[in-house]
Amino acid sequence: MTEKPKVGVYVCHCGINIAATVDVEAVTEYAKGLPNVVIARNYAYMCSDPGQLLIKEDIKEKGLNRVVVASCSPRMHEPTFRKALQEAGLNPYFLEMANIREQCSWVHEDREAATEKAKQLVAAAVSKARLLEPLTSREVDAEPSALVIGAGIAGIQAALDIADAGFKVYLVEKSPSVGGRMAQLDKTFPTLDCSACILTPKMVDAANHPNIELFTYSEVEEVSGYIGNFEVKVRKKARYVDVSKCTGCGACAKECRLAGRIPNEFDEGLGKRGAIYLPFPQAVPAKYTIDPEKCLFLTRGKCGKGPKCVEACPAGAIDFEQEDEIVSFRVGAILVATGFDVFDPTKKPEYGYADYPNVITGLEMERLVSASGPTGGNIVIHNGEEEIVPKDIAFIQCVGSRDKSVGNEYCSRVCCMYTAKQAHLVKDKIPDARVRVYYMDVRAFGKGFEEFYDRVRREGIRYVRGNPSEIFRRGNKLVIKVEDTLTATPLEDEVDLVVLAVGLEPRRDARKIIELLRLSQSPDRFFLEAHPKLRPVDTATDGVYLAGCCQGPKDIPDTVAQAKGAAASALIPLARGKVAIDAQVAEVNEATCRGCGFCVSICPYSAIELVTVNRMGHMVEVARVNEALCKGCGSCSAGCLSDSIQPRSFRDRQILPQIAALGGTR
Amino acid sequence: MSEQFEPNIVAFLCNWCSYAGADLAGTSRIQYPANIKVIRVMCSGRVNPLFVVNALQQGADGVLISGCHPGDCHYMEGNFYARRRLKLLKELLEYIGVDPRRFNMSWVSASEGHKWKEVVEKAVEDARAAGPFNQFRRRQIGW
Repeated sequence: MTEKPKVGVYVCHCGINIAATVDVEAVTEYAKGLPNVVIARNYAYMCSDPGQLLIKEDIKEKGLNRVVVASCSPRMHEPTFRKALQEAGLNPYFLEMANIREQCSWVHEDREAATEKAKQLVAAAVSKARLLEPLTSREVDAEPSALVIGAGIAGIQAALDIADAGFKVYLVEKSPSVGGRMAQLDKTFPTLDCSACILTPKMVDAANHPNIELFTYSEVEEVSGYIGNFEVKVRKKARYVDVSKCTGCGACAKECRLAGRIPNEFDEGLGKRGAIYLPFPQAVPAKYTIDPEKCLFLTRGKCGKGPKCVEACPAGAIDFEQEDEIVSFRVGAILVATGFDVFDPTKKPEYGYADYPNVITGLEMERLVSASGPTGGNIVIHNGEEEIVPKDIAFIQCVGSRDKSVGNEYCSRVCCMYTAKQAHLVKDKIPDARVRVYYMDVRAFGKGFEEFYDRVRREGIRYVRGNPSEIFRRGNKLVIKVEDTLTATPLEDEVDLVVLAVGLEPRRDARKIIELLRLSQSPDRFFLEAHPKLRPVDTATDGVYLAGCCQGPKDIPDTVAQAKGAAASALIPLARGKVAIDAQVAEVNEATCRGCGFCVSICPYSAIELVTVNRMGHMVEVARVNEALCKGCGSCSAGCLSDSIQPRSFRDRQILPQIAALGGTR
Repeated sequence: MSEQFEPNIVAFLCNWCSYAGADLAGTSRIQYPANIKVIRVMCSGRVNPLFVVNALQQGADGVLISGCHPGDCHYMEGNFYARRRLKLLKELLEYIGVDPRRFNMSWVSASEGHKWKEVVEKAVEDARAAGPFNQFRRRQIGW
């Protein structure tokens, strides 16, 4: 029936990565003695061109029909070697890999034990390789559209790029306006160009683009399907304002009984808004929203003699009957650009953020220096007694970054530079201010960063190396206790204002996205990319891509670069119009299936159904797999009572020999 | 004195979390005992309880199964199936006189290289304490 297996085994040295701990010669010799092995070789770098050529030539000359590569993890180079097999005319699924690097040479020191283990792993791989079957991957059509989650600068840029390439984009934003964090910033380092001036045109472009359908104040509720064919459900939350009628005139907000009484999220709580509000004047879309948690009419069912906003609105746009709306659509690719939250400084109580009004975060400082902010750009703070223009100002860096005690070991990458920028802006607005920066190290690594840091120091900003231990009040001043670690001098510094350079953290509701899209987190809790170096915008879920700070802290140029990269990746399935479906899916042996339907109830993708077939004159029910829906997890197989449903390449008869090879050692 | 008993442990890891976590342990050069040998499956839900019995029959002294954390399964719910099936199996094995220390189940995510080391060390220590396993041994059938 089938050809007798002729296995070739290729043991990789990986330079010295494997060869230093595993005796590759011994493994090669051992492999030669395994059943069905016709040739075993070793080479310095199997993945290199000459390495692959070895395999290809052996396939042609020695007539190999199965290949075992003992090298790095299959998660690394399985596609590489599959391609090599294909190029030599062999079915790419006739490959099996033995992971003797990540799971052997790199984790064991004892050369003898590592070599023995490598031999067993090779034996297990050979035992499985003999029983591999040829598979063909099929292609299905890909939906020519994309979903972008999050409309900060990353999401906007990615949406614009995909839309400009001629594909439909659904851009979903949780808050009432697009713009994200960048809209909150004043000037941007190191060029000092104004954030709003470069961002707002893009916000408008995204809203007006004929290929972009914008959903603000909306959240993705459900995602199913796979690359090329995702089904998405979006909840458009009720704004209680008919956006087709609202002109953004703002008459309603002036009349709201709570006007000026609710802390405005956009101003980090420094400014106040009403229950009906526009987050900021340049918001896109310029449509008002009623806060359902605050509005008197919505929370208590009563607002004086009747909601004043309704009377005030000349367009009759306010509609308290409005309900959430669910919108469904299909997309071929999904781009996640959900951004970050800033570190909560109450977790470091020694800095007194919760106690003193003149201890503020870097993001609050942005709003304070911004001309569109609550003070109109004047740096005025309350020191507990009165409103003052601060003269002595201290910045503290690395608050919530590089700090194991709060669980954030990573560097947030932007705080050094935004601190330098804010110090510069303070000097600009209050020329006689005395500004100092307490730092651990200054990381000015980007284009123009070091030059900017140098410029700021020459402007008279004093950098003191030390990590403050405590902040407390003395009179109407704040006292910072710190040791200058360069001169080993303990200091007490009296200031009017402390700005905490808080770090970046994953969104507090990141869990929702993780569950929606089956994403993983890296140890820092940001979303995990498929490979830290070679696939920085892809995820383990095909067709889902990452952009911006949801993947890790970044400045604006890096965010835009990554967004453009993610857009280019997302465009691959859209532009091709087709995606390959994994061939390693489940298959039913209809001759033995008893039609019990266990697998049908197990399958998380509803990929299995019972169909009636004619079995030798008898009409019987058997399970059948829809290969386009099956993901090949194999859960059905472990539940099957007659072993009739089996995932290809992971069949019982392919796994049991592996168990025998690894078990039978004594 | 006699040498320390080195148990032979067969592990089944899901491709997305635990196998990636074990790879990360490698990339981070985290050292752990060589007693553990891994079989990659796409999902912990793929692990037929009979694989565990089979491994014990074939000469393993312990079996370790590891998948994504509950709720994080790449296939949505495969690890829940695995948890239910294998819990039952563990009780059954105990009932028929197999030391429960021979069977470990854990959740290791793609970012938990350190946890993988701890899980391996525990599985090895447990199996070592339980001693060589001969109850199920049958004639080596080879492959």
